[in-house]
Amino acid sequence: MRASPMRPKNGGDVNAQAKSSKLISGATGEWEVVIGLEVHARIMSQSKLFSGASTAYGGDPNAHVSLVDAGMPGMLPVINEYCVEQAIRTGLGLNAKINTYSVFDRKNYFYPDLPQGYQISQYQYPIVGEGEIDVELEDGEVVTIGIERLHLEQDAGKSIHEERSKKSLVDLNRSGVALMEIVSKPDLRSAEEAGAYISKIRTIVQYLETCDGNMDEGSLKADVNVSVRKPGEPLGTRCEIKNVNSVRFIMQAIEYEANRQIDLLERGEEIEQQTRRFNSETGKTTKMRGKEDAHDYRYFPDPDLLPLEIEESRIEEIRQSLPELPDAKKRRFMTELGLSDYDAGVLTADKPSAEYFETVAQGRDPKLAANWIMGDLFGALNKADLEIEASPVKADQLGALLDLIGDQTISGKIAKQVFQIMFETGGDPVKIVEDQGLKQVTDTGAIEAEIDKIIAANPDQVAQVKEKPKAIGWFVGQVMQATGGKANPQAVNQILKEKLGLDG
Amino acid sequence: MSVDEHTVQYIAKLARIEKPVGDELKGLVDDLNNILAWVEQLEELSTENVEPMTSVVDASLRVRADIVTDGGYPEDIVENARDARDNFFVVPQVVE
Repeated sequence: MRASPMRPKNGGDVNAQAKSSKLISGATGEWEVVIGLEVHARIMSQSKLFSGASTAYGGDPNAHVSLVDAGMPGMLPVINEYCVEQAIRTGLGLNAKINTYSVFDRKNYFYPDLPQGYQISQYQYPIVGEGEIDVELEDGEVVTIGIERLHLEQDAGKSIHEERSKKSLVDLNRSGVALMEIVSKPDLRSAEEAGAYISKIRTIVQYLETCDGNMDEGSLKADVNVSVRKPGEPLGTRCEIKNVNSVRFIMQAIEYEANRQIDLLERGEEIEQQTRRFNSETGKTTKMRGKEDAHDYRYFPDPDLLPLEIEESRIEEIRQSLPELPDAKKRRFMTELGLSDYDAGVLTADKPSAEYFETVAQGRDPKLAANWIMGDLFGALNKADLEIEASPVKADQLGALLDLIGDQTISGKIAKQVFQIMFETGGDPVKIVEDQGLKQVTDTGAIEAEIDKIIAANPDQVAQVKEKPKAIGWFVGQVMQATGGKANPQAVNQILKEKLGLDG
Repeated sequence: MSVDEHTVQYIAKLARIEKPVGDELKGLVDDLNNILAWVEQLEELSTENVEPMTSVVDASLRVRADIVTDGGYPEDIVENARDARDNFFVVPQVVE
C-alpha cells in the first residue's frame, strides 16, 4: 500500500473535503457530493460458485442449471475453489487484506429469479477486508480511494417481462454464478471520480482475469450511494441507485441525483432515504422504494456451509503468481520505455491495448510504436467502431510496418498510406509495399535528376531561396510530388542544399 | 428478549405466510417467547475463551474443482413448475 504525502488521500475519511472544483453550486452556496460504490463483478470461471453447472453467457433457457441452482429441496452447495482463488486474487489487486477466515450467510428475500428464497452471500466476515486503489483524474490529479471490503455471493437468475401476457419468464442460467461485491468507502467526491474509480476497478479485474469487465453483458455493474452536504458538515441522508451498468450512466445518475437532492434541501425539504433506479433514456433517477419498504434480509450463517479457511501459504502463492498490474505497467512504460505519463496511461488503461503495444514495441522504438498505436491505429479503430482485439492490423503486422520505416524501405509518409491499405485489407506490409511499388527511392542519381529538372524550370524560386533558406521546403515538396512521395526525405534535403548552395 | 404481536405479524409477512390474527397470533407470540426464554437460559453459561463451534465433527469446508459437471436438462428443471413455456418458468408478472 502506498500513500505519498503529496497525494490527496480520502482513504476512509468521510470528513475529507473535496477540492472546490468538485463542489456543486446551488442557490444557497456550494454543496459537496459524497459517493460510495458497490461494484458487482461476475467472476470468470467455468462452473458456478456452489454447483457444477456452466457459467457460459447466454445458452438456451435453463440449460445451464443444476438442481442446486434451481433451489430444489435437499440439494447442498459445494464451493468452487477456483472462485475463492479469484476473489483472493482480486483482493490482492486492490491492495487489500485477505481474511483467512470468512463465513457464508443467507440473505433472505423473495423474488422469482431467486429460487432458494435466499442468496448465499457474506455479511459479517467477508473474504477480503480493507484496501485502497489510486485513481487518476482527467487533470492528472491522483486520488486514493478506500475499499471497505470484497465478498463472494451468488448471482440471481433473469426475468423477462412480457407485456402481452402480463407474465414474467424466468431463466436461471445465471443463477448461482459467482459474484464479487466490491464495496468502496464513501471516499468519492464527484461523478468524475466515481467514473474513474469504476474504470480502474474494471482495468484491474481485466488484468487479473478475474472478471471480463463486460458491462454490456452485465459482468460489471454498480449500486451507487449518493448524498450531499455543505462542506465540513456531517454526512447527509443517502439514496441508493440500483444496478447501473455503464460508466457513463453511473456519472449521469450521480449528477442527476446530487442536483435533485440539492434542489430538495434548498427548498427546505428533507431527503428521504430511498432506493432509486436510473433510467438511461431520460437520464433521471426515480423512486423504487422508501425506508418503510426497505428490505429486511435477516442474514444468518448458512448452516449448509462451514466457514471458509484459507492458509497464509496459499495467499502467498497467489500473490507470487499475480500478473503485472496497471499501475506497475504504467510506471514501467514511463521509466523503462520512456513514454509520457499520458501515453503510458492510455496504453495501460485496458489490457488488450497494453499487450498490443508491448508486441509492437518489442525490439523497436517504443515512442514510435506508441505514436502509431494511439494515432493511426486508435483513429482507424474508432472510425470503424472496432475494439483493438478485432483490429484488422495485428500487432506483429504494425511492427513489420515500423521495421520498413526503420530500415528506410519506406518513408513515414508512405507508411501512413500502407497502414490504410493494411487496415482495409488486413494485408502484410512488406507485400503491399512490393506490389504497389512504394519502396523509397534512395538512389541519389534518380533524385538528382529530378532536382536538376526542377531547378532548371524554376529560376525565380532558386533566386528566392538564396534570400530565404526556409523556402527550401517548396523544393522538397516539388521533388516529393515528382517522385510520388517515394524519395528519401533526408537524401532530398541533402542534395537540394548542395545544388542550391545552402549551408548544411 | 421477547416479541410482541406486531413483531410476529411482521415476521410472518417477511416469510410470506398468512398474517396470523386472534388466538392463533396469541399462541404464536407465546410459543416464540418460550423459545426465546429458553435460549436466554443458555446465555447464563460463560462462553468466554470458547471458540464458536461450527461443526460437531472436526471437518473443514469441502471444495470442488472448477469443472462443468452438471446442467443440460432444462426439461427436468421446469418439470414441476406450475407453468412453463419453452423451458422458461412462467410466473405472474413481477416488476419491482
